[in-house]
Amino acid sequence: MAPSTSAEHSPAAFYNADALAPIQTRRERLSSFSIDDLNPVSPRSAEWRYTPLDRIEQLTAGTRDGSDIPAVYDITGAASVSHMPMTDALVGRCGRPEEVASARAWQDTHNALVITASAQDTSEVWVLRDSLGASARAGHTVIDVAPFAKTTIVFDNRGSAMLSENVEIHVGESATVVVVSLQQWNDTAVQLASHFARVGANASLTHAVVTLGGGVVRINPTAHLAETAASATLLGLYTADSGSHIESQVYVNHDAPNTVSRVNYKGALRGAGARTVWIGDVLIGSDATGTDSYEQNRNLILAEGARADSIPNLEIETGDIAGAGHASATGRFDDEQLFYLRSRGISEEEARRLVVRGFLNEVLAMIPVPRIQALVHDELDLALEEVPV
Amino acid sequence: MSTLTISDLHVSVETDQGPREILRGVDLVINSGETHAVMGPNGSGKSTLAYTIAGHPKYTVTQGSIDFDGQNVLEMSVDERARAGIFLAMQYPVEIPGVAVSNFLRTAKTAIDGEAPPIRTWVKDVKQSMSDMRMDPSFGERNVNEGFSGGEKKRHEIVQLDLLKPKMAVLDETDSGLDVDALRIVSEGVNRVKEETGLGVLLITHYTRILRYIKPDFVHVFVNGRIAEEGGPALADRLEAEGYDRFTETTDA
Repeated sequence: MAPSTSAEHSPAAFYNADALAPIQTRRERLSSFSIDDLNPVSPRSAEWRYTPLDRIEQLTAGTRDGSDIPAVYDITGAASVSHMPMTDALVGRCGRPEEVASARAWQDTHNALVITASAQDTSEVWVLRDSLGASARAGHTVIDVAPFAKTTIVFDNRGSAMLSENVEIHVGESATVVVVSLQQWNDTAVQLASHFARVGANASLTHAVVTLGGGVVRINPTAHLAETAASATLLGLYTADSGSHIESQVYVNHDAPNTVSRVNYKGALRGAGARTVWIGDVLIGSDATGTDSYEQNRNLILAEGARADSIPNLEIETGDIAGAGHASATGRFDDEQLFYLRSRGISEEEARRLVVRGFLNEVLAMIPVPRIQALVHDELDLALEEVPV
Repeated sequence: MSTLTISDLHVSVETDQGPREILRGVDLVINSGETHAVMGPNGSGKSTLAYTIAGHPKYTVTQGSIDFDGQNVLEMSVDERARAGIFLAMQYPVEIPGVAVSNFLRTAKTAIDGEAPPIRTWVKDVKQSMSDMRMDPSFGERNVNEGFSGGEKKRHEIVQLDLLKPKMAVLDETDSGLDVDALRIVSEGVNRVKEETGLGVLLITHYTRILRYIKPDFVHVFVNGRIAEEGGPALADRLEAEGYDRFTETTDA
């Protein structure tokens, strides 16, 4: 990966697909609970044009099992878990579906899983989901964080899945929330997820999507910075193997003054034919004066025929901002980095591992959950044993 | 006792206009404990010599040989050369994002020695070496060369020289971009390592000022891809006074 900023902007460093795609601003995108209002699932729609539609048909048509998703909950501190009907007032406060799979999942789900973090104490909820099975499921989660609460929620996803889900994250005033979605699915698993976060005044959300395994994993987080001085850090870390499709449509909506956002997604494509897609939309609304935002996506291509699409979009509707920037870079190993390491006696394989590890470490270090850091650290050690030379 | 023997070395690089010959027949023999200064104007091929010894893929050897204690260096990979005891201190050390200096140093030491260094003495050695080079211990937690100043990068190169204990070191313009204090610290570091290990040094420089701190046994003037003149330390003094003009004029004729 070329470290210099000049390299980031050289045309050769970009893999942006189809530069002539029609521009549809994020502000104008439809959202509705009704499937008929939404764009059809088609390679021509902005929502679906990068996704392998043949592999997700069970989630975009017909119906799915909407019963409770089997999970094991490990709860520490002032948090609780329950199931509520989808008609409950806690449901639907953070956003509305923007595409058909999300709307269908919303309709299919019987009860929402509600994770409540109260303000008395810090808390952590670890949700292990390792027995979903391969039949099509739909699910809905509401993470309800009281004002001033400090909580960490982890979804630990393993095994088989054909899952479509919505996750609402309601962050009360001055709360501090960390949400991690860790995917170590098997290589035929399919997961479509829409995360809708609404962040209140002076509250801060750290949202991290870590995908180390899966067939099709498309997790699209939206952070609505709805009140003054809300902040969000959206992180992504992924390794893509042969045959895997990892997609992230990230949307930050600055909708109030003095809001702050940082988006940082980094991925290593290590299998032949691996595919990743990152679309980063940042909207700074006309009321969002004094905002500060930066988004970046970097991809390291380690195998022949791997493809990374990386598309940053920035819409700014006010002249009064503190900062707004984006960066996107996709490239192969930096030969000079490898030469430097090898000139110190380090073998080529080990040098490559060090470089990949270092590349991904930047994001891992930003996820404030020690157990995730340790787990992902060990997992990367194993995964990078097989980095192709 | 080690010997690096460079014989009739011709080296080309690939350019848009096709291959261009940069080294045109270099002969040089360096023994343990000796310091050879290679001096010359910009573009004379000094750095090409350094990178070719280390095995940078950009340079193609078209003729001649490099031998290190009976081993054919040109047949060795970059890391094999380092493990054999050849070290290159780079003019522009490379940044490695996300790789901490402490991890890098331990990985390199393990690779060179073929086994992990004993933890307790290793941590002490690293601390001592950094302190000798006036580097704060916090550098261990920083990413390799990332955000380092020019002087810090050079000092970090010498920390590696000290810890990896090579038999032969090529210092490629280690003096460039250093202020007087940093130049002294770096030079003292090289001298200390040399004294401890009997290191052979190939010191590549454009200027004579580093030679006030690292005393060369031999001085070679590099012009247009080959050695134009050789001598003892007195030759450096003459270069200081006269510059490289008389050599460049000769080759132009």
